[in-house]
Amino acid sequence: MTTMTMPGRARNSFTAGRLPRGSAWMILAASWAVFAAVFAMLALSGATDGFNIVGAVFFGTILFDLTLFGLSFVVEGSRKARDRLMTSLVATAFIIALLPLISLSYTVLERGLARFDVVYFTESMRNVIDSGGGALHAIVGTLEITAMATLISVPVGLLASIYLVEYGRGHLARGITFFVDVMMGIPSIVAGLFTYALFVMLTGDPGIRSGLMGSVALSVLMIPVVVRSSEEILRLVPNELREASLALGVPKWLTVLKIVLPTSLAGLTTGVMLAIARVIGETAPLLIVAGFTASMNYNLFSDRMMSLPVFVYTQYANQGPDAVAFLDRAWSGALVLIIIVMLLNLIARIVARVFAPKFSR
Amino acid sequence: MTTETAPARRTIRIGDRVFSGSTVVAGCLILLVLAAVAVFLILQSIPALVAKPGTLPNSAENFWVYVWPLVFGTIWAAAIALVIATPLSLGIALFISHYAPRRLAQTLGYLIDLLAAVPSVVFGLWGINALAPFVQPFYAWLTENFGWFPLFAPPASGTGRTILTVAIVLAVMILPIMTAICREVFLQTPRLHEEAALALGATRWEMIRIAVLPFARAGIVSAMMLGLGRALGETMAVAMVLSPAVVVNFFLLTSLNPNTIASNIALQFPEATGIGVNALIASGLMLFVVTLIVNSIARLIVRRRRAFSGAN
Repeated sequence: MTTMTMPGRARNSFTAGRLPRGSAWMILAASWAVFAAVFAMLALSGATDGFNIVGAVFFGTILFDLTLFGLSFVVEGSRKARDRLMTSLVATAFIIALLPLISLSYTVLERGLARFDVVYFTESMRNVIDSGGGALHAIVGTLEITAMATLISVPVGLLASIYLVEYGRGHLARGITFFVDVMMGIPSIVAGLFTYALFVMLTGDPGIRSGLMGSVALSVLMIPVVVRSSEEILRLVPNELREASLALGVPKWLTVLKIVLPTSLAGLTTGVMLAIARVIGETAPLLIVAGFTASMNYNLFSDRMMSLPVFVYTQYANQGPDAVAFLDRAWSGALVLIIIVMLLNLIARIVARVFAPKFSR
Repeated sequence: MTTETAPARRTIRIGDRVFSGSTVVAGCLILLVLAAVAVFLILQSIPALVAKPGTLPNSAENFWVYVWPLVFGTIWAAAIALVIATPLSLGIALFISHYAPRRLAQTLGYLIDLLAAVPSVVFGLWGINALAPFVQPFYAWLTENFGWFPLFAPPASGTGRTILTVAIVLAVMILPIMTAICREVFLQTPRLHEEAALALGATRWEMIRIAVLPFARAGIVSAMMLGLGRALGETMAVAMVLSPAVVVNFFLLTSLNPNTIASNIALQFPEATGIGVNALIASGLMLFVVTLIVNSIARLIVRRRRAFSGAN
């Protein structure tokens, strides 16, 4: 964003009190190489099992920061050196943040592919005690619970956002806006506890678990997300459209239904899909209110219902005698979850881009 | 934004009434849900709050004795996570807003947002199977060489499943939201302030220090609060990674770690009965109150900020 102006390029960049161009990159490569060598030696000597690429990149980057600061301090003076140090530290922060992302995607792919097979998607865990078995019951459960949660959240969230944009003013609207923001920060486990408390009060059965309870818990988490995203989208609809419609004598509610909503349909869809992507991976509330089971349950309204995140957790937490089989199933579940979430994100972005209304300006 | 038509004769349409009525109901429903969360949690908590000694789990004397180690663990883990995540997210946000080439900036932003899309249970799996074995040697080295420093007191955990590992996972999980908010505030810095600083001969870092950071201070604080709120309530990653005990200590690297409220609920709830369930719900109420306060403060700061940002 800022451009460094080179005052009258000197004959030799060293005499001008500057490090040669590109020296930063060379130092970076050199420091990575140094630590790659260190970790390769560690790996060869058997101190660590396997070459540790994350460690090499991490320590190499730190070495780079220090070297560049030292060199720049000597050659360019303290102000420039501090500038360089901050530049490299800022870049380091970014690289450090990428490391977990890379490590995580690599691990999930590597471990998850072991059980990414047909059996996994066609069988449940009924009567399976060691290897084999699948996650069909969990996938079905996740789809049903999330679909129900969407059915509850979208009408409520959409209507509330229409209220905020088209009708709301004064204390009520401001209060809703504020509490929607606050609600976004409710811990998911609290949503689960609330649903449990609600249903226990309603039915009086302390052992109650069902898919519907899971949907209600997810709705508590999903509604504020839907409201927030829909509100933003609805505010983008140009006022001229509303005014034109009202001027033609169309009632306000029809203006909203026939003009405002169709115009923003793509954005609303995107918002809803992102909201689904956000709650579909929720584990804690489902663990509490939907419970876990090894069998298929198609009925949302009675009995325990497995869901994919809870499946991953229980496979990890309750390992049987053949631990590897359980861990493999857990990792495959994680892979499936990530694929679903990424697909939802991707489709949402495509919808937003392709079907966005074209305002000719 | 809505335009009032000024009709000569005011006709009342049924459709308008029904539609606007239903939107108001939906809006109020949200407030109602939030109130219901509080009410139902309180109702279900009362038996635990007034429980006689000896009836609570962990043979705690009363509810406060039971919940204190959990509250401590929750705040301690979240605080460490915040200490790790704040400088990182500031750096990333600055990198995206002021350092990276314009054309790359958006893509880099997406990359960080990808972290937010990963479900917490997957972070949990990754924490135990990839992160914990990776950091364990460093923990062992730290306790050997810096064991005199109270936080690093030996013995080091053999599995690496300590509160520091949990805090690292939490830090990774709260990075995206903190970065997103910081980035937005940094981009709002008045262009003229930045250019004035540069024109006075400031280096890029000096420009950021005198123009961008002071402008963004409130935004940074609110990003930290939101991150803190997330870290306080995070459940599965903690439940899976931590090897918990009923203790209150500040040691980062040992195998005796204070548990967090959320993780304790997730671990105990499936087996809990009777008063145990009420105790868990009551601890959830504590968590709810704390996160509610933290989030409200964050939102209030953001709100005040918004009023100012138009004045560029």
